[in-house]
Amino acid sequence: MLKLNGLKLLHYKNSQDAQTVDMPVPAVVRIPMVQHMGAPCVPVVKPGEEVLAGQLIGKSEQAFSVPIHSSVSGKVKAIEDYVASSGALVKRVVIETDGQQRWIDGTPRTVSTQQELVDAARDAGIAGLGGAGFPTHIKLAYKDVDRIDALVINAAECEPYITSDYREMLEYPDDIIEGIKTVMKCLNITKAFIGIEDNKPEAIALLNQKVQGTAIRVEALKSIYPQGAEKVLIYNTTGRIIEEGEIPADKGVIVMNVTTVANLHRFLTTGRPLTHKRVTVDGSFVTNPMNVRVPIGTMISDLLEFAGVDCQMVHKALMGGPMMGTALDTLETPIIKNNNAILVLDEAHARIPKTTACIRCGRCIDVCPMNLMPAALEKAYDQQDTERLETLKVNLCINCGSCTYVCPAKRNLAQKNQLAKGLLKRK
Amino acid sequence: MNPFIVSPSPHIRSDRTTQNIMLDVIIALCPALIASVIIFGWRAFIISAVCVASCVLIEYLCRRLMKKEQTITDLSAVVTGLLLAMNLPVTIPLWVAVFGCFIAIAVTKQLFGGIGQNFANPAIAARVILLASFGSYMTNFTEPFDYAGVDAVATPTPLVQLANGGEVPSLLQMFLGDKPGCIGEVSALALLIGGVYLVVRRVIKPITPLVFIGTVFLLSGALGANPFYQILSGGLMIGAIFMATDYATTPSTNWGKVIFGLGAGLLTILIRQYGNYPEGVSFAILLMNILTPQIDKLATHKPLGGKKVEKHA
Repeated sequence: MLKLNGLKLLHYKNSQDAQTVDMPVPAVVRIPMVQHMGAPCVPVVKPGEEVLAGQLIGKSEQAFSVPIHSSVSGKVKAIEDYVASSGALVKRVVIETDGQQRWIDGTPRTVSTQQELVDAARDAGIAGLGGAGFPTHIKLAYKDVDRIDALVINAAECEPYITSDYREMLEYPDDIIEGIKTVMKCLNITKAFIGIEDNKPEAIALLNQKVQGTAIRVEALKSIYPQGAEKVLIYNTTGRIIEEGEIPADKGVIVMNVTTVANLHRFLTTGRPLTHKRVTVDGSFVTNPMNVRVPIGTMISDLLEFAGVDCQMVHKALMGGPMMGTALDTLETPIIKNNNAILVLDEAHARIPKTTACIRCGRCIDVCPMNLMPAALEKAYDQQDTERLETLKVNLCINCGSCTYVCPAKRNLAQKNQLAKGLLKRK
Repeated sequence: MNPFIVSPSPHIRSDRTTQNIMLDVIIALCPALIASVIIFGWRAFIISAVCVASCVLIEYLCRRLMKKEQTITDLSAVVTGLLLAMNLPVTIPLWVAVFGCFIAIAVTKQLFGGIGQNFANPAIAARVILLASFGSYMTNFTEPFDYAGVDAVATPTPLVQLANGGEVPSLLQMFLGDKPGCIGEVSALALLIGGVYLVVRRVIKPITPLVFIGTVFLLSGALGANPFYQILSGGLMIGAIFMATDYATTPSTNWGKVIFGLGAGLLTILIRQYGNYPEGVSFAILLMNILTPQIDKLATHKPLGGKKVEKHA
């Protein structure tokens, strides 16, 4: 069997034993109207209005979108514009909390058909919580449902530092298993795989115990980055290759993140949508790494203060892991649904290495999980050679960053691929 | 508050740099350097020192003249100097060695754009040009442990002896380096130690050396020569381990490396058996260097799940 390329990274799972702690509601939350891939939501509340925790505050008429709920109870202060870390201009709802944390009356639901499951996922406000933020209900609404025979749960958590999904597995294994069962039942899926990197033996043992007597299998995967990349995970659990232009469902597979599926189950039992997110707080100089359950819309500066991080030391702040996370220009950025870590780096770790000439060592080729030729792609992009970029399949790059990581000349190969994709789109 | 550094992902990098790769190659060449001094005396060390110093100086001057950023700290010029020195006989006049450095660094490397851009291995190109231009100096070999330097008595190499049916050293002598030849190429043992070091440090993959040496072994055996003498003779070990694994001038995919090794092995044997020169490793590598872009094209990776693209008209 073909073995996919990958990378051995240091894991830095310093926070793995840090039990999740709840962050008290901050004085103000600023909840963005885009926390997912797809159309932005339009606020359905007005300044001055009282809201409850779990109340719908933003929605869109578009199907490819995910509704947004308030994470706190309080009063809407304003609706303001801000530039999200993606660079897009986004509206956000500013809510002054009242400290009561009064919740909506959630009604539990039972689902047994695909349509009911899709509606529930949408009403739960769930988007892929692993980081990509793909609307879960879109994924579950695949038309040719009979073709789907496998559910793959992404619990690889291959990025260094992050342990948010790991804590989900240790603290809420039953929510995960029940969520998986629900999805399997509604979509008539016969087998499920939970893919976990083998650097999490405790989670593997615990879930193995929980899946006894079910059609769910726990797959201990090698800790090779990017094990959690969708195509890599599908291949390593089911042996199926997702061809160019296909989505996993075309090959009979639905992939869901482990925390996503647990949250779906919690929505069904409580009726409360997604309003909080567990975030790993760690970094190069953090002495007390934590896993914090944060109300969505909390400012990162508030979170770091709660976690006792000295913001004066921060020279680089990341939303997400060190391999694929986004560097922030300010800590005045709200936590959103698909955040799973906030990492802070000190001066030495934030320093950008000097780029030198490519020596054609081929390390980038050896690590690319998609079997691309990053150095050749870079050359083609620099020459603006769109034909060659197409031949070399730059569109298949998953931006895992492995090529940039290994490059001894410190070239930004992964970035060039993203620029090249943009070039091809504009053409 | 510090202004934040904002850069594209990934935000961590491996410890490998061009400089520490080159440093590893220098370390790997040390056994051969030590062997050269033991076998041929201090003049071997002087040749190496002169070559390293000239290569670095020439690179410095080239970059200055071309108004390009200095690159001597990446240590690649040191590697070239050391490699070229290893490919010279102990009797070489120093000015010829310096001329070789000029060919290697100025002509082969810097005129084509510097590190990573050269189409031929600088040390190989220099050796081949010196061989063509200063044939008598380049083939003025002396007996091992005759520390008379330039005044030593000339003697043919085992490859010449093999071709002419003369007396050759024992296989053990061949392996240890007790034979006439270029200062760094004679001791297979020292070169293999360096090669193992490079493989362990993951600087090179063993593919090219194994295929190259294996091809020479099998082909020479098939043609009726003693294959053990063939693989321990001439510049095969140093060429296969240190020069056919040069990043810039050899294919970057694994299958490309196999093709390169096969081609270089085949050419070496053809030249040794049927050519005018007793030794063919340098020519073989140089020719394969020229073919490398074509091999790279042939051995391009197939992207995972990639569909064939229609060729544009």
